[in-house]
Amino acid sequence: MSKAKNIDTTESKPIAIPKTYTGISGFDQITGGGVPTGRPTLICGEAGCGKTLFSLEFIIRGAMEFNEPGVFIAFEEKTDELEMNVASLGFDLKKLQIDKKVRLDHIHIDRSEIEETGEYDLDGLFIRLGYAIDSIGAKRIVLDTLENLFLGLDNQAVVRAELRRLFAWLKNKGITAIITGEKGDGNYTRQGLEEYVSDCVILLDHRVINQISTRRLRVVKYRGTVHGTNEYPFLIDEDGISVLPVTSLKLEKEISSERVSSGIPSLDEMLGSKGFFKGSSILVSGTAGTGKTSISAFFADATCRRGERCIYFAFEESPKQIIRNMQSININLQKHVDNGLLQFSASRPTLHGLEMHLVVIYKMIKKFKPSVVILDPITNLVTVGSVSEVKSMLIRLIDFLQEEQVTVMFTALTLNSIINEQTDEGVSSLVDAWLLVRDIEFNGERNRGLYIMKSRGMKHSNQVREFVISNDGIDLVDVYLGKEGVLTGSARVAEVLKEHTSNALRNNALNRKDREINRKRQILEAQIANLKSEFESVEEELNKIYIEEELKNEVLEKTRKEVTELRRDKVHPQH
Amino acid sequence: MIEQENDTWELRLYIAGKTAKSITALQNLKKYCEEHLKGQYKIEVIDLLINPQLAEGDQILAIPTLVRKFPEPIRKIIGDLSNEEKVLVGLNIRPAYS
Repeated sequence: MSKAKNIDTTESKPIAIPKTYTGISGFDQITGGGVPTGRPTLICGEAGCGKTLFSLEFIIRGAMEFNEPGVFIAFEEKTDELEMNVASLGFDLKKLQIDKKVRLDHIHIDRSEIEETGEYDLDGLFIRLGYAIDSIGAKRIVLDTLENLFLGLDNQAVVRAELRRLFAWLKNKGITAIITGEKGDGNYTRQGLEEYVSDCVILLDHRVINQISTRRLRVVKYRGTVHGTNEYPFLIDEDGISVLPVTSLKLEKEISSERVSSGIPSLDEMLGSKGFFKGSSILVSGTAGTGKTSISAFFADATCRRGERCIYFAFEESPKQIIRNMQSININLQKHVDNGLLQFSASRPTLHGLEMHLVVIYKMIKKFKPSVVILDPITNLVTVGSVSEVKSMLIRLIDFLQEEQVTVMFTALTLNSIINEQTDEGVSSLVDAWLLVRDIEFNGERNRGLYIMKSRGMKHSNQVREFVISNDGIDLVDVYLGKEGVLTGSARVAEVLKEHTSNALRNNALNRKDREINRKRQILEAQIANLKSEFESVEEELNKIYIEEELKNEVLEKTRKEVTELRRDKVHPQH
Repeated sequence: MIEQENDTWELRLYIAGKTAKSITALQNLKKYCEEHLKGQYKIEVIDLLINPQLAEGDQILAIPTLVRKFPEPIRKIIGDLSNEEKVLVGLNIRPAYS
């Protein structure tokens, strides 16, 4: 087959079963490559579970994406009805038929106008199929719903024998076939078609639990290949069917040591000054009204400011409400919405089942490719599933997001119960970082305290911070550790004021002492100067006497000398 | 005469090759027509092996299939037509003698 690819299974078989891509998103991953090439596959399920759409998409996508023409034999619906049904999904069946890529054939069996007499076989059906296949060189065929043959014809023995021949004939033709069958009691199909189609059986299911319906798909049997055996939820929307391969059992995701800011500088500081790891999961839990949404809004805002994309899944408030409310703390989310960086997806949890929520989230993330996803709050999901279901959904979501390197922030409402520290979904062990916002009731008021319960792989503060929401945004303030313990809010402010006062007083006292010393010094210095000048005058007095004495001596000496000279002169002439 | 013209039965027998069943069916059909509709019938035999595209028009699944095109409504009888009673009832032919 032209497009069929051999998928290497883990078993070391010489030749793996060749498979044909269905093109249905997710299904090919579960089955490791699609349905078996050249063999019939049975799709069974109750009425309205999506059998016809599944098989029709197999044909259309085969023709459009893999260039494999296909024949759709409808036993139930008329061709124009089918065309109309898929037109709403954006498929133009008419054009595909004109291009000879697809052939629709309606086989109508009306029991009322058929009388049976004697022996017959179903060669007519074979001829029609053969003719349809050959006319466009089909590689794929769908028989929807083959069981109508049983309803239209009396001779069941003939029908059964002919069916066996039909499947052999299809295999012989090497055409990849999908046969649909209605689910019967205890059996996969009402007429036991599974006996004939032994290679691959897929069961579709449409279940309603707690008034919420979920479509699921399960590969019941797939001979000769490994396949996922779980029930996978699937979604029918404007893009057709998408199956969600939700459970990845491997824990070998790429991890990043890149950091992203939380948008709150003081919170980043608590997280080793850098913020969260990229691709990590963050849980913000707290009681009602503690500012969980505000923290997420800041995170979203920071993401968009960096020019990255963010999806905000709101399960409680409408986008407009969130935008308005966040404006009050100085965050303009509308701007980011307009820029196309921020996308809101608001839905009541009861809109669909958990699995469906997961599929919706999965699809949106695949499409929008955000770097940050916010789920606010996950606690509301409990209304549509049990705690364990929510937990398993979140595990799968975290797995998926980590694979996509998307940072996710959950908010969770904790109830003021004894097991306060536990988040209701028990997701705390799954997440990488857990911020707890808590009420601190003290001194007649309620204040918020923020703790980092854990933050894997980084140094983080062990301090309790007071979490202050003001008109300018969020700030984390160091709490006051006073004699009476941790003080927050006005008590903290009062305590700080008290400290200021005592500081001022102390300063004042110190200053006075300083000034007194100064004054003393000045006095001392003045006295010193006084004494000095006194000393100088005494000294001068003393000096004066001394100089006079010297002068006197000098004069005396001089006169003595002169007298002596005079005497000598007088004596000399007598000689 | 004109009314009689209009009453001509148009019968179409679909076969796939000359199998035993097809031959039996054709023989049976001719016999019944001669007995009950002498001169008022027309039999057209279509071999789907030669003209497979014709199978779609009359919604043929089983071989052999006899289709009463006229008079309306269309009736189909599948099988080798071995049970005369069933064929006559199925075709809504009133026996000439009754």
